[in-house]
Amino acid sequence: MKSLDSVFGIAGTALNAQMVRMNTTASNLANATTVANTEQDAFRAKRTVFKALVKEEYTNAAAPYLGGVKVDHVVDDPTPIRSLYDPGNPLADKDGNVYLSNVNEMQEMVEMMAASRSYQNNVEVVNTARQLMMRTLDITKS
Amino acid sequence: MDLSSAFGVSEQALQVRSQRLEVLSRNIANADTPNYKAQDLDFKAVFKESEKQYLTATHPEHFAAIADAPDNGMRYRIPFNSSFDGNTVEISVEQSNFGKAAADYQATASFLSNNISGIRKALKGE
Repeated sequence: MKSLDSVFGIAGTALNAQMVRMNTTASNLANATTVANTEQDAFRAKRTVFKALVKEEYTNAAAPYLGGVKVDHVVDDPTPIRSLYDPGNPLADKDGNVYLSNVNEMQEMVEMMAASRSYQNNVEVVNTARQLMMRTLDITKS
Repeated sequence: MDLSSAFGVSEQALQVRSQRLEVLSRNIANADTPNYKAQDLDFKAVFKESEKQYLTATHPEHFAAIADAPDNGMRYRIPFNSSFDGNTVEISVEQSNFGKAAADYQATASFLSNNISGIRKALKGE
């Protein structure tokens, strides 16, 4: 039953990765209206980059997730930062500008939906594998 | 007839079926991974491979037979559409294949359990 066991492991890694992606999106949405004093300090939307666990060195005997997925790194969205003239804002610089985050809410919503769909797919995989395992155990009763 | 042959290919088939489920679950897990190439298991090829007989060296002075590398049945899927990030997983294709693979697995498991209950009945002699 080695193969069916690893289905749980593989789907588990995917659930984990998609959850990180959803958390990233939540963080982006939460910071969508954050303003900063300088362009460097402005909030930049974060993106997760996935990587397949295809090499043996990524896995070990206790974690046989070969073929699974992991979040390799998180990158900043390269979209340019917009500045806004708002002299009344306590964070405004000497010219009266504040710097907005580069989060695009629409894009984040799409990202969140994609992540949640992928999550659901993997939950379905786990469910099916579980049912098949139970079905296989039933052979002993026949 | 010994008991090991009573189950026919079902026993081995069940193993290949579960192996295919694993391959498909890998594809679904990597649906969003850049440059991941979807794979599938060629059931026919795996079965053919298991029937093949390789020459074995039975004497230390025998030359090792040069056999072609065993075929593990793994094939890269050819996607219907290309994608920007080089990922060839098409989730709808994988989902339908996974559903079918699960049904195939259940079918094989049923055959196996029918075999077993048949043998049980024969043993009881009812």
